[in-house]
Amino acid sequence: MQNNETPQYAIETKDLSIFYGAFKAVNEVNMKLEKQKVTAIIGPSGCGKSTLLRSINRMNDFVPSSYVTGELLMHGQNLYGSNIDPVEVRRSIGMVFQKPNPFPKSIFENIAWGARINGFKGNMDELVEQSLRAAALWEEVKDVLKKSAYELSGGQQQRLCIARTIAIQPEIILMDEPASALDPISTLRIEELMQELKKNYTIIIVTHNMQQAARVSDYTAMMMLDKEGSRSGTVIEFSETKKIFTNPKDKRTEDYVTGRFG
Amino acid sequence: MNPTDNHYPSGEFFRKSLNIRYRIASIWQGIFFSALLIAMLSLAALLYNVVDGAFGYVAFEYKNDPAEFTAKPLNDLSRQELLDLLKNKLSSGAYKKLDNEKPMGSRSKSVLYTLVLERLIQIDTKQNWSMTDSILRGSEIKAEVAQKYPKAKLEFRSWLTPVFLTTPMSSKAEFAGVRTAILGSLWMVGIAILFALPIGTGAAIYLQEYATKNFLNRIIQTNINNLAGVPSIVYGMLGLAIFVRAFEPFTSGSMFGITDSNGRTILSAGLTMGVLVLPLIIINGQEAIKAVPDSLRQAAYGLGATRWQTIWHHVLPNALPGILTGSILAVSRAIGETAPLIVVGASTFISIDPSGPFSKFTALPIQIYQWTTRAQSEFHSIAASAIIVLLVLLLTLNATAVIIRNRVQRKY
Amino acid sequence: MKNTLMENKNFRPLDLKKKIRPGESVIQSLLFISGVLSIFITVAIVYELGKEALLFFNNPDVTLAKFLGTTRWQPGIGLFGIWPLVTSTLITSAIAIFVSLPLGLAAALFLSEYATLKARSALKPILEVLAGIPTVVYGYFALLFMTPLLQSIFGEGVEVYNMASAGIVMGIMILPLIASMSEDALSAVPRSLREAAYAMGATKFETSMQVVLPASLSGVGAALIIGISRAVGETMIVAIAAGSGPNFTFNPFKAAETMTGHIARISGGDLSYNSIDYTSLFAVALMLFLVTLVLNLVSQVVVERFREKYE
Repeated sequence: MQNNETPQYAIETKDLSIFYGAFKAVNEVNMKLEKQKVTAIIGPSGCGKSTLLRSINRMNDFVPSSYVTGELLMHGQNLYGSNIDPVEVRRSIGMVFQKPNPFPKSIFENIAWGARINGFKGNMDELVEQSLRAAALWEEVKDVLKKSAYELSGGQQQRLCIARTIAIQPEIILMDEPASALDPISTLRIEELMQELKKNYTIIIVTHNMQQAARVSDYTAMMMLDKEGSRSGTVIEFSETKKIFTNPKDKRTEDYVTGRFG
Repeated sequence: MNPTDNHYPSGEFFRKSLNIRYRIASIWQGIFFSALLIAMLSLAALLYNVVDGAFGYVAFEYKNDPAEFTAKPLNDLSRQELLDLLKNKLSSGAYKKLDNEKPMGSRSKSVLYTLVLERLIQIDTKQNWSMTDSILRGSEIKAEVAQKYPKAKLEFRSWLTPVFLTTPMSSKAEFAGVRTAILGSLWMVGIAILFALPIGTGAAIYLQEYATKNFLNRIIQTNINNLAGVPSIVYGMLGLAIFVRAFEPFTSGSMFGITDSNGRTILSAGLTMGVLVLPLIIINGQEAIKAVPDSLRQAAYGLGATRWQTIWHHVLPNALPGILTGSILAVSRAIGETAPLIVVGASTFISIDPSGPFSKFTALPIQIYQWTTRAQSEFHSIAASAIIVLLVLLLTLNATAVIIRNRVQRKY
Repeated sequence: MKNTLMENKNFRPLDLKKKIRPGESVIQSLLFISGVLSIFITVAIVYELGKEALLFFNNPDVTLAKFLGTTRWQPGIGLFGIWPLVTSTLITSAIAIFVSLPLGLAAALFLSEYATLKARSALKPILEVLAGIPTVVYGYFALLFMTPLLQSIFGEGVEVYNMASAGIVMGIMILPLIASMSEDALSAVPRSLREAAYAMGATKFETSMQVVLPASLSGVGAALIIGISRAVGETMIVAIAAGSGPNFTFNPFKAAETMTGHIARISGGDLSYNSIDYTSLFAVALMLFLVTLVLNLVSQVVVERFREKYE
């Protein structure tokens, strides 16, 4: 689907609400996420950060009672439109999970499998090498590509998961607390990687670690329960990271980032 | 407030009652343990009972003197001489019948030798004793036999021999073997698994990966759980009514041009057994699939895989050891079941090897049943031998299942 | 860096439009059919059993009064009293439960409350072996070991075929089933409940009997019901050892054929499809199916309804 201008925004949401059955988990989110930038979604636990993230690549579809109202646009197309194929959506929007989940296969196969089911017909060895380089893992595993992915350390496994995601060339990469299960050194490497990756991909990351959000992201969305006693979350403030942390507009944001609560 | 101002016993009185409580507790612990002891004893008794019957003294007589048939000792006759002996001395009808079952010329020497013993010389078992009797009262038995059956030979026999495994059925206990039964069991189990494994695994995949929690799927699940508890003889009745009777053109092979049979074939037995083990395979398959961590599926879907791609490439391979173990358990179950086979029409006497799915059949547990219910004790001995064969078979199967479960833990 | 990665043309082109994937639909249909097949099986059982049983009851000679009111069962000569078969089934099953319930429960209590890990790994296999022995072997054991044993204890009154022998051996067969289901129920009781009792100074025995066992009652109840269902449906042990002719008696040392044994005996002989013998078998089988079905459903309800919530 060609547009006349290259849109500046990778993802746009318009009054997006996400439901699990009768329960409204996320309430009317409106935001525009810029291409090739890192956007962080922060906030206390239980206010729908992961739900919002997973709605972008339609992973919530696997929860039987889940549905959305409003629109989620990529390239101006509503990804929840009736004529949209969710399988292809997930191909163009990659996801890295909180706990590294490589397949019980070799390092090589982990990357090759995703490429193969998406019809890759080129030189697989080259693709694997370049994906591993892009994920800053090549030097460490180049001699042991046939080894099981499970023999890697946690940090290496997570980078492998990033490599297999970028191997299929998504435009956007979603990361759900990608470093929370890792030690501080691995965390740092992932954060450095994000700065490299954003040259080519749009990155949206959910994190409960404010300092991490301040370090890595260009934009920040602050999520919180929309009002007292409610169980629905919403984005109460969205702007450049610098502004959120130094001069937040909403008092609740200020309380959160200064550690007064959360 | 004085701590002793309460209504609980204290001091010496408390200690005494505590000791009583401890004694009661350890008595009951012993009682609980003795339940397990009883279980162990029962198992031991059962195994002992079986082994006891399979070995022991036998007093037997030759009905006809071998000298009537040949001057040379029987053991020295060549294969051709044995063949000639049978041809000449058996009635032509009997010889023709044997020849029709399997050409006499193609039978081995040992088979012909056994035939001579069985048909011409004919053995008459006078009495046989259990293993314990034979060992403990050996001399008593010898004296008894010398007195009661002066013409009889007495030997300590193992009714379970390698020959036992390769000999077909016979109406004489001394010459009967379990070969026909083993082959029948193998054919039947093969058909059962061929039917139940794909369908059962498919149903398990459907229920775990595709089915939503709606009314129809809950009914299906409850239904499967109930089918697992239906008595096996009811499955036999189902097989009788549907496979043997309603599907007769199919199961008897008349659809395919076979004219001399009815619905009571290996095919009917195999399908009936397949239906019986189907719920087990489904339930086991569901467990195996449930055990695959969801994170694998999420990773695959995140890369743009379809549902079946995820199942085929990730869920099934990881569930495979569990599914395999379940199939082996189903096979064990099918091999040991008797009641449905009786209803579906296992033959009471059949001595030729099954030649295909449309043959009449017998099975190992059927033989055990038939021999056990005969009055003569020599049949009990071969029943015991057949039981040992069956138990060894099952032990091997289950050991294989355990090995598979431990070894094929995904290498990764 | 994206420029150095393979260009897009090496992948299948991205197309967000909804696709029809015929392969996926075909596979899903096949799998669905496999799932639904199980319903067909139940329908077939009910239909076939019902059809022939209906033929039986529609026979002018057969009346409900005779069926429920007389005590001789020989359809071939016009006797249609079901009671001898039913009482034999009930008595053998009752004996089996009488043996297996206390023993199974006691074994479960020992394994779950007292046994060390090493003891468990040594003792559980014994139960598993008992559970895996084919019933025809148990039948052999009943006829050739248990009956002589009973005869040596109780003397002349024990017939060669008798219900007690079959019942006791059935109990041994069912023991592992009750033990393992009860043990699952006992193990499911959270440690915190036991620890609360110990902290108050209770002995292990008092804790097991007064705290753990009551909390697991629904699971034990389900085990009992399933055990009854197994006993009622069991064929080979009773076919070999309990007797080969219907006999209305309450003396366990006498021979009396059960419902299952009867079906096995008659169907093992010559049977023509339209005879009263044939249809009467299905009537008996239908009763058997309904009884075990009700028992199985009740056990599931018992587990649901009486499950103690631990939160």
